[in-house]
Amino acid sequence: MAMTDNQKTFAHDDSSVVVVVGSGAGGGTLANELAQQGIDVVVLEAGALYTTADFLADEWASFAQLAWLDKRTTSGSFRLATDFPNLPAWIVKSVGGTTVHWAGASLRIQPHEFTALSTYGKVEGANLLDWPLTYDDIAPYYKRAEQRMGVTRTNDNKGLPGNNNFKVMYNGAKNLGYSCDTGHMAINSEIRDGRSLCLQRGFCFQGCKTGAKWSTLYTELPRGIATGHLELRPQSHVARIEHDDSGKVTAVIYFDAEGNEQRQQARLVAVAGNSLETPRLLLNSASSMFPKGLANGSDQVGRNYMRHTTGSVYATFDQPVHMYRGTTMAGIISDEAHHDPARGFVGGYEMETIALGLPFIAAFLDPGAWGPRFTGALDQYENMAGMWLVGEDLPQASNRVTLNSDVTDQYGLPVANVHYDDHPNDLAMRQHGYRQGAELYRSVGAKDIYESPPYPSTHNLGTCRMSKRPEDGVCNAYGQTHEIPNLFISDGSQFTTSTAENPTLTIVSLAIRQAEHIAQLMQQKEV
Amino acid sequence: MSIPYLSRRVFLKAGGGFLAGTLVFVNGPIALLAPSHSWAMPLDSLSSRQGEVLLAVTRQIFPHPKLEDAVYAHVVKSLDRKAAGGTLGKVLADGIVKLDAASGGDWLSLDDNKKLEVLTPMAGSLFFESIRSDAVVSLYDNSLAFTHFGYQGAEGDEGYLNKGFNDLTWLPNPPQPDAGYLPF
Repeated sequence: MAMTDNQKTFAHDDSSVVVVVGSGAGGGTLANELAQQGIDVVVLEAGALYTTADFLADEWASFAQLAWLDKRTTSGSFRLATDFPNLPAWIVKSVGGTTVHWAGASLRIQPHEFTALSTYGKVEGANLLDWPLTYDDIAPYYKRAEQRMGVTRTNDNKGLPGNNNFKVMYNGAKNLGYSCDTGHMAINSEIRDGRSLCLQRGFCFQGCKTGAKWSTLYTELPRGIATGHLELRPQSHVARIEHDDSGKVTAVIYFDAEGNEQRQQARLVAVAGNSLETPRLLLNSASSMFPKGLANGSDQVGRNYMRHTTGSVYATFDQPVHMYRGTTMAGIISDEAHHDPARGFVGGYEMETIALGLPFIAAFLDPGAWGPRFTGALDQYENMAGMWLVGEDLPQASNRVTLNSDVTDQYGLPVANVHYDDHPNDLAMRQHGYRQGAELYRSVGAKDIYESPPYPSTHNLGTCRMSKRPEDGVCNAYGQTHEIPNLFISDGSQFTTSTAENPTLTIVSLAIRQAEHIAQLMQQKEV
Repeated sequence: MSIPYLSRRVFLKAGGGFLAGTLVFVNGPIALLAPSHSWAMPLDSLSSRQGEVLLAVTRQIFPHPKLEDAVYAHVVKSLDRKAAGGTLGKVLADGIVKLDAASGGDWLSLDDNKKLEVLTPMAGSLFFESIRSDAVVSLYDNSLAFTHFGYQGAEGDEGYLNKGFNDLTWLPNPPQPDAGYLPF
């Protein structure tokens, strides 16, 4: 029986409901939090409903099942525009969104990162800004998020056992004077919260079949539905948001599973479609009153797109590693995550183990490559260890999501074009990370080192950033848009800066905080 | 010229070939699993010779000296499937004609170094990219390749918790609490 079978349903002309667009970390959490407070919510999710039993232990087949493959285009000098011109992002189109695919790393943003502009100072070419909230503002919500997600090494949740890939990273880390452990992961190390412990399958990216990894798919969404205040509508692709003459949003137009256009009225709309679809929706909702798109009086919608400064270091050894066995992100080093401009860049980066199966190593190790150096790496696949670098990339006004009116999707809507140029700071940080990663692996006997370029992005941030002053961004510290009081941004699009940390924990924490705020505003009849 | 020069029209009509071979590495992991050391793969739209050329081209693009032709044949099969009815068939046929022309008639008869020398200037061409972009998926996404390269694929579905997720012994075991805790 599907979780939607006996759920409470709401009429299309029920204008008292909150409509949440997207069911991932932001949307799924917000919807449940609102429902728990007795607020009626309709969740519109573009993707289909899969259960854990549907997940596939097969990289390409799973990719075809879960990934967002609707057309997108790219421009700019980043390498993805050449290698994967129609796949700038590796995110999920199914119920649960990218919480189905994420690896589970749950790191708090460091206090100084909330004040990036004040801490780093002005950086040429960058559009740095302090967040309109502080670490202390979000800290209580981090605590609640860690509690509900079962993050290891918090709330007495034990650290996950380290796999072979971790052992290599750990030993190298010690040689470099780094600290390293199995991290803060939203993956059960013991049976907890009605979910299994981690069986070390190694298919974290393909959907966690045991449910050991937190995903809104089997936590927030069914719990919200159980309150009788949440209706989840899968395969509901939102096309635009409507508003009335006073400038308040009133309804959401979407295409249902049969491709029929539907109109759901709403008291309030929260958009959580990930940082490419969220601005696309606001831009596609342009009207005579909002000719540049909703909440875009500042011309900031779509700008400051961030994707983290990433890259991978793979190393081969004389003896087997079998990196693909066990959790994908099995070890974390945070010693380079601090801010130290003496390294030649502002901000910092995390080092996290990563493993790809043979099919995906072939696809992503060095896209477009051929010949003996490339095949030599694959010949040593069994003896390979890997790490992912994830660091702060700087917001730039020209890195942006715009509508490509020359290319339309299956509903005839202009697709998102993603433009991205690396900032010199990003390049310097990536080179530093490559060097440190290589040195780490060489210290434990690495034979060959391979520097892999960024993958299609799973960490898509910015594009509707929160700002104190309306002219600097799109929404305030609660995700409420500066221009339209009953329109909220509820995903990673809100991020003012990208910070070094994997974003999901912060997205969840912001969603919990936002739900509290929305409930207050509704009670006070302000929205 | 060692073989009759075939026109493109003949190539296009020459579908329905097949590829066949014998496993070379009789003590290799694939041979140990294979029911027979001989293999054959029927082709629907490509001729046998086109299949042989494409297999040899793939060996140049992704050279794994110890990888059986039987695994490379997955790429030919994938191209054969895609070539049916589409424009790819013509791209492949034209490319093979070019390779042969640049080889004095028969690219397949060249030694390995010469083969690469003739192929390399075609890197980036539609012909080359069609093969490379297919092969980077089809060569490495099959159970024979998994066996050869040491990837356990869907075996992981049951979980490695009791099957070697932490069996590496050539480095010291990290201590607790950093290394975390087994659940049992």
